[in-house]
Amino acid sequence: LYKKTFIEHFEQAPMYVAVLTFLGFGVGTIFGYLRDFMRAWGLEKRNVATEREQQKDFVPLYQDFENFYTRNLYMRIRDNWNRPICSVPGPQFDLMERVTDDYNWTFRFTGRTIKNVINMGSYNYLGFAETDVNALKTVTIELQKYGTGICSTRQEMGTLDKHVELEKLVAKFLGVEDAMVFGMGFATNSMNIPALVGKGCLILSDELNHTSLVLGARLSGATIRIFKHNNMQSLEKLLRDAIIYGQPRSHRAWRKIIILVEGIYSMEGSIVRLPEIVSLKKKYKAYLYLDEAHSIGAVGATGRGVVEYFGMSPDDVDVLMGTFTKSFGAAGGYIAGKKDLVDFLRTHSHSAVYATSMCPPVAEQIIRAMKCLMGQDGTTQGLQRVRQLGKNTRYFRRRLHEMGFIIYGNDDSPVVPLLLYMPGKIGAFARRMLEKNIGVVVVGFPATPITESRARFCVSAAHTREMLDTVLNALDELGDFLHLKYSRYSKSSHPELYEETRLELED
Amino acid sequence: WESFLPSRVLVQPVQLICLYAPAYHLILEGILILWIIRLLFSKTYKLQERSDLTPKEKEELIEEWQPEPLVPPVPKDHPALNYNIVSGPPTHIITVNGKECINFASFNFLGLLDNEKVKSAAQASLKKYGVGTCGPRGFYGTFDVHLELEERLAKFMRTEEAIIYSYGFATIASAIPAYSKRGDIVFVDEAACFAIQKGLQASRSNIKLFKHNDMADLERLLKEQETEDQKNPRKARVTRRFIVVEGLYMNTGDVCPLPELIKLKYKYKVRIFLEESLSFGVLGEHGRGITEHFGINIDDIDLISANMENSLASIGGFCCGRSFIIDHQRLSGQGYCFSASLPPLLAAAAIEALNIMEDNPDIFQTLRAKCERIHELLQGISGLKVVGESFSPALHLQLEESCGSRENDVKSLKRVVDYCMNSGIALTQARYLEKEEKCLPPPSIRVVVTVEQTEQELDKAASLLKEAAQSVLN
Repeated sequence: LYKKTFIEHFEQAPMYVAVLTFLGFGVGTIFGYLRDFMRAWGLEKRNVATEREQQKDFVPLYQDFENFYTRNLYMRIRDNWNRPICSVPGPQFDLMERVTDDYNWTFRFTGRTIKNVINMGSYNYLGFAETDVNALKTVTIELQKYGTGICSTRQEMGTLDKHVELEKLVAKFLGVEDAMVFGMGFATNSMNIPALVGKGCLILSDELNHTSLVLGARLSGATIRIFKHNNMQSLEKLLRDAIIYGQPRSHRAWRKIIILVEGIYSMEGSIVRLPEIVSLKKKYKAYLYLDEAHSIGAVGATGRGVVEYFGMSPDDVDVLMGTFTKSFGAAGGYIAGKKDLVDFLRTHSHSAVYATSMCPPVAEQIIRAMKCLMGQDGTTQGLQRVRQLGKNTRYFRRRLHEMGFIIYGNDDSPVVPLLLYMPGKIGAFARRMLEKNIGVVVVGFPATPITESRARFCVSAAHTREMLDTVLNALDELGDFLHLKYSRYSKSSHPELYEETRLELED
Repeated sequence: WESFLPSRVLVQPVQLICLYAPAYHLILEGILILWIIRLLFSKTYKLQERSDLTPKEKEELIEEWQPEPLVPPVPKDHPALNYNIVSGPPTHIITVNGKECINFASFNFLGLLDNEKVKSAAQASLKKYGVGTCGPRGFYGTFDVHLELEERLAKFMRTEEAIIYSYGFATIASAIPAYSKRGDIVFVDEAACFAIQKGLQASRSNIKLFKHNDMADLERLLKEQETEDQKNPRKARVTRRFIVVEGLYMNTGDVCPLPELIKLKYKYKVRIFLEESLSFGVLGEHGRGITEHFGINIDDIDLISANMENSLASIGGFCCGRSFIIDHQRLSGQGYCFSASLPPLLAAAAIEALNIMEDNPDIFQTLRAKCERIHELLQGISGLKVVGESFSPALHLQLEESCGSRENDVKSLKRVVDYCMNSGIALTQARYLEKEEKCLPPPSIRVVVTVEQTEQELDKAASLLKEAAQSVLN
């Protein structure tokens, strides 16, 4: 079933780590209650904005308890998120220097910029976020010709010839009959899933699906059942029970069953087990909706996503969905598949009727990036980028494993989560990496389970070997300083003996 | 060793018990012991009679089940299947399906779509930042242009803070569920646009619809809610209440009676969310929207949401209001936290558009004059009636008498639109999802007035519509 070996790691940390993590949160919570008490009794200044005088007797807009976590735990390390940048989000960027005088309640800009910070946080997998004049030549021309807005919806007066060109190109790139593009990736899911399924249908969705998929599923009105992350036995059991027992209580047959999965999961770095899911879907006559937000352009020998990565045909997947924000350096989303599907969406999608279409310069950026990937611009740059990304990914992951960090996910996924576990280390890690001029993304609860806070690296094809080495050396130092090397597998004591060529995969 | 015989050990205590315990006690104990023995040995039974299926039956069920096709087939002549394709930019003169027409269909109210200054600001931003932001706002997707745009919008609307979204539809659809949760009550106008309806559906709150612009109906609903509250004051103290209205309604072209709404707000203690997509940059002396039009203090409105896709000729949307309210969306607005941020070239274009709006406040007067002119000119067309306020730049032309079914109405209006398009005026029908709308408006032709249309062109459009209505509908 699988043509290549499928290696995924989800190592468990030793027990003492879990204990210390809970202890850390416990201490934070106790101090949170103490602070709230002091604020309530006026012993400490209230820094948060308050309701208007005239509206004090209205029902309060927020419950005090809802915001406990935000006020007391998130606020302490808030400076690690929403960091403003002032350059192109390429492999290196410039950050605006931001200081706080009152422990993260307010920020102020000093006016200085921190230059050439290595960017390990932006979704720039193929390096198309660039300002090279030659590369952006066509985009500049189209911007001058079309302007920036559309001011109408697709069904009214908002379909431009650029959209038709882009849709044909996307269909050709993916190897399907037809495609349709939308202005926002999030909205592609939340506005098209309700058009495809409705009451009386069943949605089987993975545990760790993105918020846009969950919102689309909820808005559709169908019944939602969740299977364990990437677990085929759990999915098969749900499918069998659904067909045998039908709808709850009435036992009528389901109208249709649709499986929602993602190509690469952005918090885990794991790749979907596509061959097994396709064989299950064929056996039980279900439909498959594949969200390739992170995997299109980033995996596969020529960048065509997980379908190519597993050597399967795009006809096996009923609905291919993806976004252009990550690998193509633009914005927007697409849905591709058979002509019937796309015709239906042209008439019934919420986005086609009520939402503005994609803006022309952005469409041109996608066209030029896709042509580059397909080799239609006369160079092999596209293929080189995909290969460079693969090399960078494998090198980065291998070195991190050797150093002894716990890394989640598939060996081929450019999303690399590094586990931090303890809440105190989240802030320390991000701040110290910034001091070394490296920008990282850290995530904690509620985006991840409470004990599994992590730092997430996004490897890009534009990163050079020197940049990756700088980052790896910094991580090595910091890992020793913060005691982050939890992995129990033996570390290689002679890393220089591993040569790059040994691990090259046959292309 | 006789004393250790089991019978001795057992029999003697029992004899003692029988001697000293009262008789009824012994009988009761005996009955209990017999009952326990019975329960232990009886068969367990289930509450529901469920016949377990054999594996063979299960396999048969799986074999037999046939799902519906993923999508139902779409007929080739579906009115929405074949789009009008525009070659080139959708500006004042637009080339639709190969024919050059004057544009009366795009919401380009202030004509900023092909403004040179806006384009050069976008070009400068393109050179500096590239196209996409490659990340959500929380993870290095916040650019200095976004912060500048938020500050400028807040200053323009004279509120404390503003927050921008990367898509107009997602703005109000993410803002409502951030505040209103399950169990809260929302009073919304019947003619609210689809984005508001989706926001309300995502919030899972109790929705109460009141008749379009009917303040008496709204007051009745509020009074009913008050009597409900008195029955259960503890629940009432934690149930949040909201009124969601639009400044200028997209579906009917009229304004909401904001002063009365403010009175109701303070009387019944409900918060107001105002959706100003069409009225931002149109109403008011300086284009600040319906609050300026009626002269209301902007702090009285809890949240104003608008999209930048109409007057500002960019893409995206924003919400503005007091920091107390807006700051909450930075962590709980789904379209803000989980989506990539607005491309910087669009943000730069919006900033330049705001500059133009601030420097030329007389364009609003010009636009209003043109709206009034065309409203007057379109009166008296036989067969079509004008729906909308005289100062609304987005009007509807509905059939005076229906042709029987909605399908036939749509077909007749299509013939009118085609007649106009063949003679050089680009119009479009207002499109809706018929099965999904709560209160489906009747079919209509959308007429959009922009500041770039000259008086001759307005006259030409009106006379052409008269001709079309005459030839098609009679």
